[in-house]
Order: sequence, then C-alpha cells, then structure tokens
Amino acid sequence: MPRKVVITGLGATTPIGGDVPTMWANSLKGVSGARAIEADWVEKYELPVTFAAQIATPASEVLSRVEAKRMDPSTQFAVVASREAWRDSGIEDIDRDRLAVAFATGIGGVWTLLDAWDTLREKGPRRVLPMTVPMLMPNGPAAAVSLDLGARAGAHTPVSACASGTEALHQGLELIRSGKADVVMCGGAEAAIHPMPIAAFASMQALSRRNDEPELASRPYDTGRDGFVMGEGAGALVIEAEEHALARGARIYAELAGTSVTADAYHITAPDPEGLGATRALKAALFDARAQAEDVVHVNAHATSTPVGDKPEYTALKAALGHHLDQVAVSATKSQTGHLLGASGAVEAIMTVLALHERTMPVTINLDDQDPEIPLDVVTAPRELPAGDLVALSNSFGFGGHNAVIVLRSS
Amino acid sequence: MASNEEILAGLAEIVNEETGLAPESVEMDKSFTDDLDIDSISMMTIVVNAEEKFGVRIPDEEVKNLKTVGDAVNFISGAQA
Repeated sequence: MPRKVVITGLGATTPIGGDVPTMWANSLKGVSGARAIEADWVEKYELPVTFAAQIATPASEVLSRVEAKRMDPSTQFAVVASREAWRDSGIEDIDRDRLAVAFATGIGGVWTLLDAWDTLREKGPRRVLPMTVPMLMPNGPAAAVSLDLGARAGAHTPVSACASGTEALHQGLELIRSGKADVVMCGGAEAAIHPMPIAAFASMQALSRRNDEPELASRPYDTGRDGFVMGEGAGALVIEAEEHALARGARIYAELAGTSVTADAYHITAPDPEGLGATRALKAALFDARAQAEDVVHVNAHATSTPVGDKPEYTALKAALGHHLDQVAVSATKSQTGHLLGASGAVEAIMTVLALHERTMPVTINLDDQDPEIPLDVVTAPRELPAGDLVALSNSFGFGGHNAVIVLRSS
Repeated sequence: MASNEEILAGLAEIVNEETGLAPESVEMDKSFTDDLDIDSISMMTIVVNAEEKFGVRIPDEEVKNLKTVGDAVNFISGAQA
C-alpha cells in the first residue's frame, strides 16, 4: 500500500473572500465575486468584456510594500494563500529538507511581462528593472513560497492551463508517496485580469459578454450560459504523510486518496465531445484511491459556464460513474468565483475538502433553467452530507487537452 | 544642481522605496552590501532609479566601485557637474 496522505492546512485569496473562512461563508450565502472592472484600460482599449471576478482583499493589504514590490501579483496571491494554509496546519517544527512545494499557475507573471514591455518601448532598455525575470517566470509563485517557508525538498510548477491547480495536488501526492517529501505545500495562483488576456480569451469566444449583469454571467449548466468569467487569486493546501500528521496531533480535514492526470490528444482547445480523456482520468483517479464509483457522493465540477465545455464533463461523469451518477450531487464553484484558471483546481479542492469536513456541499448560483442535456443533480442551496465514510471528486480540465482529477475521502 | 545633502536625501528615499530601510539609516559611510544588506538586484534597481531622479548616467562598470553611500553621492554629484 502506498503512503496515506492527508490534508492538514487550507489557505485562499479569492473573489469571494480573502481567506478560507470568508470564502466558505460567502459560498454558502450564494455570493458572486463578479463585477465591473474599475480600471481606465477597459474603456481605453474598448474591451468587449468589461467585468471579471477580482480578488476580494487586495494583496497590498496583507503583504508589506517592499515584499509586494518584488512579486508579480500571481506570486503575491500564492504567498498570501500559502501563509494562511501554513498557519492553519499548525506545523511549527519540521525538517525543511522534507518539505516540498508544488505550486501551479496557468499563465505566470503576465502583468510583469507586459509592464516591462511597455517600459522598454516607452523608456528604453535601461529602465527595464532587474527583478523583471524572476517576477515574470511561471515558477515565480513556487519559488517564492519555497523561500518563504524554507522548503528545500524541491519547488515544482505544474503548468497545464486550467488543470494546473489540480495537477499540483497530483504532483504533491506523488512526492509524498515516493518518499521524496513528508509535507508538500500544494496550490495554484493566477493573476491574469489584464487587458491582453481578456482580449485574447474574448477573441476565442470563451468569455461571457453579459456586461450589464456581471453577477449573473457565470452560470454553469444553465441554458443561458455564454462563456466563463475571468477570475483571479490563489488556493493553497498543506498535504502531509498521514503518519507525520498523526505524530504531531494535527487536525486532519480529509484524505487525498488518489489523483490522475490524462491528455486528450484530440484538439488544442476543444474538449473531446465524448469526454474520453476525462473519463479515463476519473476512472484512474478512483482506482488510484482504491475507491468504487458507488462510494462517490459529491463532485466539484470543472463546469466553466461555456456552451461547449459543460456537457462533455457530464458525459465523462456518466461514463465513469454509470447509474450511480444519479446519487451524486454536483457543485460548480466557478458560478461564484469565476474561473481562476491555473488557481481554480486548488480553490475547488479546498471547497471539496470543506464539503467533506463540514458535511455541507457548497452551492451553484445562477442556475435558473438547467440544460436538459446535462441532467445532473446540481446543488443550488447548501446541502448536508451524511455521516460516515464519504468520497468526493474534484475535476479540472485545461486547454491543451489536460484532464486532472483528485479523489478525497472524509476522515 | 543638487547639493550633496540633497543627493543623499534623494538616494535615501530611493533606498527606502526599494528595501523598506529607514531613510535615516542611509548614511554617507554605510556600505551598501555590508551595512545595508542590499543585494545586486536591488542595487541595480536603485542605480536605475537614481539615474532618472538625478538626470545622470551611471555606467554598469562604475556600479561595482560604488561601495558606500558616500561613493554614490560623490559619483552623482560629479556626474551632474
């Protein structure tokens, strides 16, 4: 049997809360994090999409000015979330050679990159600051978290677009099972609410254009869904070998029982309409967790609210769970947070962990008219979970055909 | 033309902005590396900001000679002359 791995610390900064307790409370209240972007660049560039789900608590309110100056916003979010998760874990003394980091991002330091390009064109090469490279590199969040915690068992950056955050948990689990680390700070961070990525995602018709009603724009499974809503922030989870957690008397939220990552090899952006890659990921993750389809009670779905994306996930769930899918309740967190891209998997893993730990499933908002082709049992008001051993899944899929699934077991 | 006192005050402001060090700790005889713990990346940022603030050019090969705050003040003063 592989080493058992448990989750002992949670941290987040998201559009519906600057920390985990606030995010969770707002989720149960059905809060939306989407609103109009108050920046002059929206009008300046005549962006076709004028809203997003920006983080609720600016990182500048949490980090010192000098700390923040040396970090891209994506790294700032990662450090804010990982510090909360670390405090929450209660770990005080630990061999830092046995502590690793697996912190993902989808895009990396896009603000830094484009600011530096503007500086180069307007003021010349001399004004391009020497911190530019460490701030724009996609491993920036993982490196900063490693430095902050003194984590020396490796700092990794899975990059698989919107599957990145979930893939970080996959990587973390492997690090502990293989004996390379006892504790891993896993997570994902994204800060891409910048006019260029908005223009680019809008150009590929991926974003909702519901500019007059931002809070209603992210509506997974609804017949009126017209695209995803850009979100930003970070989620962080301390995962730990069970024997290590038990030895220090840690509070255990849930077991990270299994993970899987597959690739569609079908199309660079379009999901496989039959969801074959996602089905394989679901089945492999359950197998990895030594779990049966019948054990699953809850799924935190990827469900981005795009017309073409939500249905193949249903098809894959149906193929992997069969008739038992009728007994499974599904939540779509992106209806509230928007799509945090490379951070979404980490934030949704936290929501799934809390669903098991609090025995309450979080909600899906804006589901007024459910797509008849997606007949899932969607949780639209907080719903209790029964006592006993429960299994829950969280899915993430990314451009490039990346599929990542984690299996959590209550403890 | 700025006096040495004005250059020192301006430099202290730049150092504070970059590192968070109190401006009054930036004194003429302080070593950037040994006393103020300023690394090479922060030093280059300070140099570039000083160039803009004082309208001078500090060549890269000159930066390694600026060991103390006083060295920098004197160089900027001379470059302005």
